[in-house]
Amino acid sequence: MTTASPYLSPTPPAGAAPSSATETPSETLTGSELIWATLAREGVDTVFGYPGGAIMPTYDMLPRYPSIRHILVRHEQCAAHMADGYARASGRVGVAIATSGPGATNLVTAIATAMMDSIPMVCITGQVPSALLGSDAFQEIDITGITLPITKHNYLVTRAEDIVPTLREAFYVARSGRPGPVLVDITKDAQQAQATVTWSDAPVRLPGYRPERGPLVKELEQALTLLQHAQRPLILAGHGVVESAATSALLEFVRRTDIPVACTLLGLGGFPASHEHNLGMMGMHGEAWVNQAIQEADLLVAVGMRFDDRVTGNVKNYAKGAKKIHIELDPAEINKVVKVDVALVGDARAILSQLNPHVTETHHPAWRARIDQLKGDAAVRDIKSLPDYGKLYAPHVIHDLWQLTEGKALIVTDVGQHQMWEAQYYKHDYPRKLLTSGGLGTMGFALPAAIGARFACPGEEIWVICGDGGFQMTAAELSTCAQENIKLNIAIINNGFLGMVRQWQQMFYDRRYVATPIKSPDFVKLAEAHELLGLRVTRRSEIADAVAAARASAVTTLVDFRVDAEDSVYPMVPAGANLDEMIRRPLPEPPPTTSKPETGAGQ
Amino acid sequence: MTNTLRQTIVAQLEDKPGVLNRVTSLLRRRNYNIISLNVGRTHEPGISRMTLVLEGSDDEAGRITANLYKLVNVLSVQNLTHTQNVSRDLSLIKVRATAATRSAILELAEVFRARVVDLGSEALTLEVTGSQEKLDGLLPMLEPFGLLEMVQTGTVVMRRGPTSLVSQTLRPLAAE
Ligand SMILES: Cc1ncc(C[n+]2csc(CCOP(=O)(O)OP(=O)(O)O)c2C)c(N)n1
Ligand SMILES: [Mg+2]
Repeated sequence: MTTASPYLSPTPPAGAAPSSATETPSETLTGSELIWATLAREGVDTVFGYPGGAIMPTYDMLPRYPSIRHILVRHEQCAAHMADGYARASGRVGVAIATSGPGATNLVTAIATAMMDSIPMVCITGQVPSALLGSDAFQEIDITGITLPITKHNYLVTRAEDIVPTLREAFYVARSGRPGPVLVDITKDAQQAQATVTWSDAPVRLPGYRPERGPLVKELEQALTLLQHAQRPLILAGHGVVESAATSALLEFVRRTDIPVACTLLGLGGFPASHEHNLGMMGMHGEAWVNQAIQEADLLVAVGMRFDDRVTGNVKNYAKGAKKIHIELDPAEINKVVKVDVALVGDARAILSQLNPHVTETHHPAWRARIDQLKGDAAVRDIKSLPDYGKLYAPHVIHDLWQLTEGKALIVTDVGQHQMWEAQYYKHDYPRKLLTSGGLGTMGFALPAAIGARFACPGEEIWVICGDGGFQMTAAELSTCAQENIKLNIAIINNGFLGMVRQWQQMFYDRRYVATPIKSPDFVKLAEAHELLGLRVTRRSEIADAVAAARASAVTTLVDFRVDAEDSVYPMVPAGANLDEMIRRPLPEPPPTTSKPETGAGQ
Repeated sequence: MTNTLRQTIVAQLEDKPGVLNRVTSLLRRRNYNIISLNVGRTHEPGISRMTLVLEGSDDEAGRITANLYKLVNVLSVQNLTHTQNVSRDLSLIKVRATAATRSAILELAEVFRARVVDLGSEALTLEVTGSQEKLDGLLPMLEPFGLLEMVQTGTVVMRRGPTSLVSQTLRPLAAE
């Protein structure tokens, strides 16, 4: 809603001259050219977008900037999900572009998705000419007003000369501190007008924005004291570990302290799943022993996580016996949900690296044995260990996919049961290998986000794991895959239901399956209609061949896994319940005997 | 810590269009009820100052402060609830005043140190400066005469002593 920075002089104060800044002679260009030129200077190689009247001048100039590849999407929501997926996979800022009015409003869900998960993204929207602002002109919408609460910051630009400084600021704000989406709305006349710029790489300075922070020595000392005295400590590793590339610092911290690690959904991969200290995921569908261990712990070291309600269950009874150390970049997260004893505000990697040389090497054999004991009969209940009786179970599909890809694929999930099964059964040993919408839980995210990831990581094997419901929300992007020769592997976990909602209906609404049975098109034919490869799998023994065929295929391959319709995700902490009040998977039943009549009475 | 009290938060803002909208949007989202909000320019070009008064616990005020600070256009934020301050509200009160009642009203005005800023045959307007308590004392006394209109500026606050929140805001910038 504001243009770039007239406050204070834009030139750095004396004595703070940016030494690395390179100045090039000024040039005069149209606003449209300035947009692309700025993106190119920011290192942008791919943008995802959809044209329309108010952004046409900018599209018209695109061919002059051949270093930038434009991907034409089928819906603007997907453009922003692609930018998001690009950012999650690479850590770089993703860029989406759309026209005014409906183009801009179509971005909203995807911007909110990025906001909730702190994803660096810049969305550029065309806007009606500045003279028409506020007049309800054709396709005029107040997109800066609409996106105010779902962006980290946003701008309305009405003059060509403000384009470069505003876009530079936008990229800086998006990627610095706690990252987030930034929207820049640019009027058509600003795109068409000319402006003279002097390019500069001088660092962006914003008077009211100082994202770099670090804890005080005193606070670090307090944390060290708590660590020293803890008998039952636990590390809670969140998305911040991934975002700040803190994995090796965390490994070192764990090596010194012998503290087991539990991960949030977005933290998966931030600490290697196969590490002996890794316990698995916490929260609503976390491992039973992890949630139990949290409740028994006497110290929680939360790193880059925000105590989301899906993680804490009933906050009143959350880890009541534990002191808490919160390592977190965003001061607004401190004491928001859970009161902490020591807050270390700053970058997770920097803080862990600061702590590491000072932590006394400790060992917690009794506590780790206790956690092993908490695992109890979990392995017996685990569907992974259960026979399939000729059925196809989603956890088996995901478990087998993990084995067949040696845990090395980049997985992009949608939202629902399959998402939780992925989190449980695909063991991630590397960061940025699981892209999933955590905070907003946006169905339809997977396919477009995977397309974005494809451009961020050209060489990697990518698998989309998506529900039959969510896939139909953004299935039109198959056409984008075909047009742009994008190679993805898509596993549709097809249970004929909006499964996660059905599961809640089963457990909390007396099995009234209202509006959750969902019909799908023939997904194999749908793939074929796009000149892509479609396969179908109905039993476990077919999984390996289908995965091999998908990997061998040069085009995007969709595998329709027809899984059991009414399986549920276990364990489960019902919403609002205490973290250790879990619904467990029922113990295995004896195999069905064939001698029994199929429609036996009394069943 | 969960006690509700009158929280006073002061922020220095960039003087730009839309900034107030960002601040109020943040408060609306959490459904805080604002008692008063005052925004105006300062002696420093490009900086405006906001004084926000609302009911809330210290925890809530802490969260508001932290979230305000996250706004790119907010230069600095301070919670002045528990500091030594000078705090003022200015009110204009228009009250019905006939020849018969005028002198009684003027007597009241005297006691409450209110100034008469407009005087007519049917009504007079008082200007009252001071704390909310003073106003709360005066208003019921004027009620019987017929209150016609009242307007308030909202609270403005300054810390006692030589500290300057504006120069505190600017110092880190200059040091960069
Ligand atoms: C856009 C959107 N709408 C609704 C929901 C609510 N919701 C959460 S999970 C779910 C069911 C998802 O069904 P499906 O994609 O088939 O996946 P499954 O749970 O069956 O694996 C729904 C409707 C949501 N998360 N996102
Ligand atoms: Mg489904």
